[in-house]
Amino acid sequence: MLRYTISRLLGAIPTVMVIITLAFLLLHAAPGGPFDSQKKIPPEIKANIERKYHLDEPLYKQYLRYLGGMMQGDLGPSYQYRDTTVNQIIREGFPIDIIIGGIALAGALLIGLPIGMIAALRRNTGWDHVPMGLSMMGISVPVFVVAPILILLFAVNLHWFPAGGWTSHSLLKVVLPSAALAAPYIAYVARLMRGSMVEVLNSQFILMARAKGVPRYLLILRHALKPALMPLVSFLGPAVAGVITGSIVIETIFGLPGIGRAFVDGALNRDYTLVLGVTVLYGVLIVLFNLLADLSYSLLDPRVRY
Amino acid sequence: MSSTNVKMEETPGPVNLSDAPPGRSLWQDAFARLLHKRMAVASGILLGVIVLAAVVVPWISPYNYFTPEWALLDTPPTLHGGHIFGTDDLGRDLLVRVMWGCRVSLMTGAVASVVSIVIGVLWGAAAGFVGGRVDSFMMRIVDVLYSVPFIPFVIVLVVMFGRNLFLLFVAIGAVSWLDIARIVRGQTLSLRNKEFIEAARASGVRGPTIVVRHLIPNLLGIVIIYATLTVPSVILFEAFLSFLGLGVQAPMTSLGVLVSDGASDLQSYPYQLIIPAIFLALIVYCLNYLGDGLRDVLDPKAR
Repeated sequence: MLRYTISRLLGAIPTVMVIITLAFLLLHAAPGGPFDSQKKIPPEIKANIERKYHLDEPLYKQYLRYLGGMMQGDLGPSYQYRDTTVNQIIREGFPIDIIIGGIALAGALLIGLPIGMIAALRRNTGWDHVPMGLSMMGISVPVFVVAPILILLFAVNLHWFPAGGWTSHSLLKVVLPSAALAAPYIAYVARLMRGSMVEVLNSQFILMARAKGVPRYLLILRHALKPALMPLVSFLGPAVAGVITGSIVIETIFGLPGIGRAFVDGALNRDYTLVLGVTVLYGVLIVLFNLLADLSYSLLDPRVRY
Repeated sequence: MSSTNVKMEETPGPVNLSDAPPGRSLWQDAFARLLHKRMAVASGILLGVIVLAAVVVPWISPYNYFTPEWALLDTPPTLHGGHIFGTDDLGRDLLVRVMWGCRVSLMTGAVASVVSIVIGVLWGAAAGFVGGRVDSFMMRIVDVLYSVPFIPFVIVLVVMFGRNLFLLFVAIGAVSWLDIARIVRGQTLSLRNKEFIEAARASGVRGPTIVVRHLIPNLLGIVIIYATLTVPSVILFEAFLSFLGLGVQAPMTSLGVLVSDGASDLQSYPYQLIIPAIFLALIVYCLNYLGDGLRDVLDPKAR
């Protein structure tokens, strides 16, 4: 297990390298530079600025410099916000995304799992059709439709939660963003869970357990639940990628100062280092969660050994 | 070249595949079973109606999607007066704009899906068919790309290289072929040792021809399922980019742009959000149900 973890961690290094290289090359292949502006700057000053950020060096030197900085955990200075490093921007913005995304994922599991299980146990009844129809809707309606409607309902009309922002000290500010982000994942989790539960319930060892006379609740909790969780585990990686996408939208709608919005602004303003840093962070996150998913297989399925 | 031709003529063609019934009856069979799925049929019909409306309405409507009408800003939906869905904040007819939005969204979905399916099927089929080291190398690339956060990449691409529709198609298509490549490869691995492939090989058909003529037709079922499910995810992705202001540019519109415009003034004019949102959801909903139905009838595992 430990050996497998280490070898997988080492195997992730080339992946991360590919991500960095791709992002670096793409950014530098783009027409226009970070310090092209509407105003005409004298060429000497522009040259000075570019020298300060090492933009006058050949590409490979910039690339090596960036890699060297990354090794020491330094993502470089932001081009757009003077005297601010990318590390600072991430340190300020990322916790917000962790809170919102974490609550959304946890909530999706807590709500989606039971719904999917009940639907599988009461197959082809109202308990199955109604939630599954609704969940198809949850998948079809994008976050940026759900979020404004939630704001209109719960913030504007009912005044239960604030409509956005992150400055208030009340914990209520996390409710609507997390709920909007969680909505499609509740639907996904419920559908996945139903599908895998139905499959497990049809398998031989369940028949065997039933023949032995295992009570129904034990049958489900002790025998069926664990194998049925497998597809959910492999959904973890894509889910994290989806939460990243979703959080960009959520931050825009609710006006949260997270890194998703900073990323889009950075891309619009050609803040190369910021865009690179956030892309690498996202990549590392996805790699990490894929690894986590693979490792939890062995916890759920004794046949999988590393 | 000529020697292979001679050899092929010499083989006493055991069956002429063109008039062997099982191949066709599989599809007829699947179609017949699909007709029994009420939700799938209803989705298909509804989708057809939306597509038809998206094509016809902008064509016959007296309004267009770009001319502002300053006397009629934000008119709510009404049955008399011509603007059935009302007008937007520039007085443009919302019905025509929503239909144009459907056009753009469906087009994006279709074109990007075709791009991703062509790449995915060829990649997966080649990897699975060649096998061995080439296979592991090609799949390793897919694994690595799987961990690449594509959303940021597409955002960067779209921001830096200009926002045109064509680039959007290519970008979305190029990032969504990974799933299909994996599935197709798995399917190919199980097919490539079947007798008919061996027969083709024995009669001297070259590798690429086997892939195109014998493997891919047999993968069609699973490809159709995933194509149907890729279109809605692409449509949502385009809507996401448009929502961030990175998709199609004004005055051209898409469902994502319309939803985003509507969301900005939700309190005063909720219909400007709700109408395009309903169409977006309906299209995605129908395609998802259709894909589910197709999976039930075409996927051998689900039977």
